[in-house]
Amino acid sequence: MNPVVGIAAFAAVSLATAVIGFYGLRVSRTTGDFYVASRTVRPWWNASAIGGEYLSAASFLGVAGLILLSGTDALWYPVGYTAGYLMLLLFVAAPLRRSGAYTIPDFTEARLDSRAVRRVTSFVVVVVGWLYIVPQLHGAALAIRITTGLPAWVGQVAVVAVVCVTVVSGGMRSITFVQAFQYWLKLTALAVPALFILLVLAGNGSRAVAEASVNPTAMAPAGPYQNISLLVALLFGTLGLPHVLVRFYTNPDGQSARRTTLIVLGLLSVFYLFPTAYGLIGRTFAPGLAKSGQADALVLLLPGRMIGGTAGDLLSALVVAGAFAAFLSTTSGLVVSLAGVISQDILGGSVRGFRLAALISAVVPLAIATMTDSTALAGSVGLVFAFTASTICPVLLLGIWWRGLTDAGAIAGMLTGAVSCGGSMLAGAMLGSAGTPPWLAQPAAWTVPAAFTVMVLVSRSTQGRVPRTITRLMTRLHTPERPLATER
Amino acid sequence: MPDSPLFTAAAIAVIALAIAVVVAVGLKVLRSFRELGTDAERATYKTLHAASRAGQHLRTGLNPAGAAKASRQLRSLLGCDALAITDTTGVLAWDGAAEELKPALMGLAAKVLEGGHTAVIPAGELQLLANGKAAAPLAPGVERAVVIAPIKAGTRVVGVVAAFAPAAGAGLVRATSEVADWVATQVELAELDASRTLLMEAEVRALRAQISPHFIYNSLNAIASFINTDPVRARELVVEFADFTRYSFRRHGDFTTLAEELRCIDRYLLLERARFGDRVQVSLRIAPEVLSTVIPFLSLQPLVENAVRHGLEAKEGPGHITITANDSGAFAEVTIEDDGVGMDPEKLRAVLAGHSDGEHVGLHNVDARLRQVYGEDNGLVIETAPGEGTLITMRVPKSQPRHDA
Repeated sequence: MNPVVGIAAFAAVSLATAVIGFYGLRVSRTTGDFYVASRTVRPWWNASAIGGEYLSAASFLGVAGLILLSGTDALWYPVGYTAGYLMLLLFVAAPLRRSGAYTIPDFTEARLDSRAVRRVTSFVVVVVGWLYIVPQLHGAALAIRITTGLPAWVGQVAVVAVVCVTVVSGGMRSITFVQAFQYWLKLTALAVPALFILLVLAGNGSRAVAEASVNPTAMAPAGPYQNISLLVALLFGTLGLPHVLVRFYTNPDGQSARRTTLIVLGLLSVFYLFPTAYGLIGRTFAPGLAKSGQADALVLLLPGRMIGGTAGDLLSALVVAGAFAAFLSTTSGLVVSLAGVISQDILGGSVRGFRLAALISAVVPLAIATMTDSTALAGSVGLVFAFTASTICPVLLLGIWWRGLTDAGAIAGMLTGAVSCGGSMLAGAMLGSAGTPPWLAQPAAWTVPAAFTVMVLVSRSTQGRVPRTITRLMTRLHTPERPLATER
Repeated sequence: MPDSPLFTAAAIAVIALAIAVVVAVGLKVLRSFRELGTDAERATYKTLHAASRAGQHLRTGLNPAGAAKASRQLRSLLGCDALAITDTTGVLAWDGAAEELKPALMGLAAKVLEGGHTAVIPAGELQLLANGKAAAPLAPGVERAVVIAPIKAGTRVVGVVAAFAPAAGAGLVRATSEVADWVATQVELAELDASRTLLMEAEVRALRAQISPHFIYNSLNAIASFINTDPVRARELVVEFADFTRYSFRRHGDFTTLAEELRCIDRYLLLERARFGDRVQVSLRIAPEVLSTVIPFLSLQPLVENAVRHGLEAKEGPGHITITANDSGAFAEVTIEDDGVGMDPEKLRAVLAGHSDGEHVGLHNVDARLRQVYGEDNGLVIETAPGEGTLITMRVPKSQPRHDA
């Protein structure tokens, strides 16, 4: 591929992000527009922003790559990524918005009235955030290597640098609009080349190289346990993602938080049509990529292969731009929410502290990412979901829906989940992918119930520690708020 | 997937972290065993340490959770078999043996609660008294005496401390009443804490801004001047005025959202413009993310009023006010800037310290409330100089689960 294409696409996306970030709100309004200016973010905008922040390297590159490798089994990933929002819609979105807590540690502290719970939650949130940023940087490394031929670390450093500069300089002032823009960019970047590829295929009637049902790598299909475990991880993991939850506070009330989630469900469903299409086209027309270990780069390479020439270069540029939009938006969303947690809990919440915290939360994963390299983006993100599902999700669900949760129970449950799920991940790493039994490779099916059980049992045995403010708090979480306009 | 070096690196990090924790804990334990001093010093240390630990638990007053933890410390301090703390209605905590006596304790303590004098019940008598009331008869072999000392906060008896031991010597009696007095001091401190909180709440309520009488007077005059020349506008202004007063006179809640406060400012400026015409120009730059942030009720309007009153009114020609609200990490940052006459920083300092005679009272009021609610570090930040305009910055944490808008 033409190296200039990749670099130009990356530069264009970074520039557009920075420009919208800085100038999105520079339009000054006069008093005549006061009402317009003080209007809150509409659910559509916010839903696009959530989509923009949520669709990461795993969705943009990983899903198609996985479908290329393991066929329809991999469809569980997009299903799980999307259906997680159904759980969010049903159980978490509105009550969490009403709680008034801005981060997950804030919520657990307010709900359980305990500093210790706050510290444990903050720790888990930071670990989750870091683990989640690493695959984004791996994606960036892959994209830069494939498209420009530059060494892999260039891509990682470039993404971290752009994110740090925009976040630290306060460039994320209009973060909602940046993220909403990124969603539509990502969708366009996948949809337009996909349509062109389909047109070309229909036009010249080119013959398939392989049958879609033929497995190019001869990998064993996943058993029912693995699929169930994966779905548990993805469904429950979405509930606890720090950068997604923060977005709900942009909604003015619980009801619009629900509407937003509903729209997100639609937006994600539309988006995932395209990685699936890429995966299937790749399986029939470019199965060679699976054998050469470039499955994750399928989305980047397919337009050039299928179309070629200047048109192919332009479409490739579009896909590369979309890929970098995915890395940048997810990473910056995570860095902002991690920096909020770190600066508040360790650095005292000052403006300087926030900047320092933003640097810390971007540079640590960079260090991990440069020392390691990943082979399957969707898989490593799936494991982060499993970790979230076994730690943050039980606290949120029980905290919102069960009066009996106590601080001791929450801590015990989170530690159980963290140790069992983290331990399985490490054990899996030691054993290597061939020697890992399924229950270690996909631990969510037993670690999530374990965390819930421990949390309930320990809470039951420490009923005396239920905070005295529980009734007031529960009322606040579950009763619809007074509409904003009653004063008028 | 799992075999990637990512997890190897994570494993190394976890192991390094574990080693660091073990070493840190080990060093701490070692240090505490070194240099322990003479026996007397150690005894003093132990007593004071137990007392301060127990004190922490009693800081929230006499309640079951605190009393349970404190009674453990106090029992080791007195060296008795069992120690109980009660309030006037029931047993709050029981630490140690002889729990079968628990139902009988309130009966034994009734006299002490009434009279406020320490009572000593010798071993044989306790057996007799208790057997009538205890649920299960006492084990015959165990002889126990009890010392019951009143906890007196001021002149009231708020509870008792009861110490059970095989024999009630003079030493135990004296020590128990000292412990009861010490508990009383802690309870008084807790009550002091509670009343300080109440005082702070009352202060916040008292500081809740009222709209200034000047403004009412000036607005009504301005509206009056339109009644003949432009009755339609006059009518609109009266409606705005009514809406404005309705918002500012509302009784419920000490907090509101930024969006509602901005709407109130909009009405306020509409009325001011009726008076000043085009001399007051306003521009806004609001990040929609922070509109639902909870802020103290009427905390921005006084700042805008200050900008109009002291910044622009005294100035010749048109003046400009810029209001911005930004997302800044865990905080929402609101700024109000005017290009008016500014003020002397020294004078401003006096105003914020509360030494002023009515002028700028709105600024002092808002600053004091912000400090009360969000802590000393989160007051107003004001940049100004004579002739240079004024920039007021207010930072409010976005996360306020305890405050209802």
